[in-house]
Amino acid sequence: MANQEQPSPALSLTGASKTFGPVVALADGTIDLRAGEIHALVGENGAGKSTLVKILAGVHAPDGGVFEVGGKAVSFRTPADSKAAGVSVIYQEPTLFPDLTVAENIFIGRQPRNRAGLINRGEMRRMARELFTTLGVPIDPDRIAEGLSIADQQIIEIAKAISLDAKVLVMDEPTAALSGVEVDRLFGVARGLRDKGAGILFISHRFEEVFALCDRITVMRDGRYISVHNTNDVTVPQIVKEMVGRELGALFPKADAAIGETVLTVEGLSRLGTFRDISFEVKTGEIVALAGLVGAGRTEVVRAVFGVDRYDSGSVVLHGKPLAPHNPQAAITAGIGFVPEDRRKQGLVMDLSVAKNATLTLRRSLARFGLISGSRERRTAEDWSSRLQVKTGSQDYAVSTLSGGNQQKVVLAKWLATEPTLLIVDEPTRGIDVGTKSEVHRLLSDLAGRGIAIIMVSSELPEVLGMADRILVMHEGRITAELSRAEATAERVMNAATSTLEGAL
Amino acid sequence: MSIDTLRPPAHAEHSGPLHAVRGFFRAREIPVAGALVVLVIITTLINPRFLSPQSMKDLMLNATIVIILAVGQALVIITENVDLSIGSILGLVAFGTGTLFNAWPGVPIPVVFLGGMLFGAVLGAINGFLVTAAKVPALVITLGTMYIFRGILTSWAGSKQYFSGDNPKAFGNLSVDVFLGIPIITIVAIVVVIAVGIFMHSVRAGRDLYAIGSDRDAARLFGIAVGPRVLAAFIASGALTGLAGVLYTSRYNSVGALTGSGLELDVVAAVVVGGVAISGGTGTVFGAAIGAVLLSTITSSLTATRVDKFWQQAFVGMLILAAIIVDRAVSVRNARKLRVSESRDV
Repeated sequence: MANQEQPSPALSLTGASKTFGPVVALADGTIDLRAGEIHALVGENGAGKSTLVKILAGVHAPDGGVFEVGGKAVSFRTPADSKAAGVSVIYQEPTLFPDLTVAENIFIGRQPRNRAGLINRGEMRRMARELFTTLGVPIDPDRIAEGLSIADQQIIEIAKAISLDAKVLVMDEPTAALSGVEVDRLFGVARGLRDKGAGILFISHRFEEVFALCDRITVMRDGRYISVHNTNDVTVPQIVKEMVGRELGALFPKADAAIGETVLTVEGLSRLGTFRDISFEVKTGEIVALAGLVGAGRTEVVRAVFGVDRYDSGSVVLHGKPLAPHNPQAAITAGIGFVPEDRRKQGLVMDLSVAKNATLTLRRSLARFGLISGSRERRTAEDWSSRLQVKTGSQDYAVSTLSGGNQQKVVLAKWLATEPTLLIVDEPTRGIDVGTKSEVHRLLSDLAGRGIAIIMVSSELPEVLGMADRILVMHEGRITAELSRAEATAERVMNAATSTLEGAL
Repeated sequence: MSIDTLRPPAHAEHSGPLHAVRGFFRAREIPVAGALVVLVIITTLINPRFLSPQSMKDLMLNATIVIILAVGQALVIITENVDLSIGSILGLVAFGTGTLFNAWPGVPIPVVFLGGMLFGAVLGAINGFLVTAAKVPALVITLGTMYIFRGILTSWAGSKQYFSGDNPKAFGNLSVDVFLGIPIITIVAIVVVIAVGIFMHSVRAGRDLYAIGSDRDAARLFGIAVGPRVLAAFIASGALTGLAGVLYTSRYNSVGALTGSGLELDVVAAVVVGGVAISGGTGTVFGAAIGAVLLSTITSSLTATRVDKFWQQAFVGMLILAAIIVDRAVSVRNARKLRVSESRDV
């Protein structure tokens, strides 16, 4: 990225890489942000945008690459370094102090002081109120931050960033929770900052926003920089094509399976404030994907179906029999397996051996007179590990020594040993390297072929398009589209996930 | 603060002084202060001598040491840590004070105070350093140093005790003389409460402690120096415990190997009852001080009304549980409100 003739680069990162253990989060992070521009960074979930943001923020130190701010090489070791260099970041998830007041959240560490050196709360309140007037939102600076809606929290983050008068402002999906009016105001503020010479990096999944607001667009895919465009020279389909990139069919093979009778029927499932009026069916041999953006309510729906969370109304019917709400044990007995999103915290006991983890769900059937037989446990575990090709030196090694992909196989083994008729997998390949990813996919396809019904929650578009027989797209707690494999395209899923209602319902 | 109003009216104007008062005494302190008033009234009705000048003076003297310890402990608990070694630190400083007077009878009293606070600060720094460097929960670290410090004191003191008669008269008089009816050492405690209270309310570093306790990861993202701040909180708590140790020597008849043992839990109880959440981020040192007064007054009032000693402890236990249940109930309610208020157009 040579831009010698271009004026004043505000920030540039070239060829930055970052790995976490065996997982490559960022292979080539490259961004060139000029002073006085709004620059979009787009890519699928898992493309490495958030890792790049954390490098800019000083949260992660890159393993390699060149990093310059205002033309000078920098290496941030802490977020304080990044702040001192004039970089201000609004994170996707607001990071507020729930016990402090709104005004204090904005000004902590740099509260206005009176002559005695004590914090001048009146002045602090006045400054906060002024910021909120600029943003046109009625938030009381004196209330504590706990209990604020996500939108209001986001606005406080924005107010904080503005008050810092940063040279570089990074906004990681700031609009995800905002209403239309609030988004318009935010854009007004962003344009104002740009005109004053700030460089703004804007990350969003909503193309209409990217095209309305940004001067240039950088595309990332699989942890790599792909291209940069002037917004005026490209179209949405071009960008989407670059984001998705590869040939879908080859990478994610879903073998055709005989689709049989209905296994699960969900009717009008609602939970106040989380999701509403969710209805769908899953049949034997079928993979149904729940697609959508992070926070759309997909995980919450499957947790409610499995009985981990409560729901307020609606019904879940499995094999023609209603399933008791809020009772995971009943769900397991009835034949549901659940592979959670966070396998480290919810799927595995990291310090236990592979064998013990794989047979956790079988404690009852393996036990005789209440005691678990070690040799039977081992035999069962070995059987499943070899069927799933878990690569481990010994069944006795702690699960924490395995790679992400193999850990996921152990979780799958654990559930398959219960012989489920319905398997729910939440983000089955998150944090797994590309090679093992396709193994997990092959496994899921295999299971469907044996007549297991599968619900797959996934934020990765290629995975959804490649694996699913049917795709349900969720947006803000509702299903906004139901697409068959033939109908589904990246654009249609993306559109439905970013709010436009598709006709298919 | 308005926990009930989710979206308060825009730009609600607050009148200055009234608002400042409300900010000083957030909702958590008021029920504790109320309980204290009710307790005093009921006890006085049963036993009118409870409010006699001499009895009042005893109440204040009894509360003094715990107030100072509670202020120090509050600093640490607000950062979502805890210091269980303060009983042992107090013992070491108290015995050190007796030793100092014994070895150097003419030592100026200010030197004794400075030395005691410095000694406490060093012990607090050991705690703080271990907690911030080892990244092990403070509960475990300070449980360890509690035993270590006590062990050092036991081997140092052996069966030796120093009695108040061995100390200079002027030093002992600090716990006898009154100014405007208030014992001198109680005035010291009040000054400590006000000074630390202002620090926590109006100095940036004090606010950082709240931020750290409220959400440590957010504090880090913010660029707040989490480690140094937590270390400083432990040092301050140690220094205040040192001050309390010197005052203990002035107030009580004897100091020895067992001095201060078991005190740490009384102090944590006082802080929690006073509205400082054990999960950090909320509460004030004023609340902690009121909690200390409440607990020491309960003991006196149950004695004055001739209630069995067993009930005294059970009563303190019930107060702690009540404080924690109220806390939990409030946060569960808030979580539910948050979920519903976010529903928007869902």
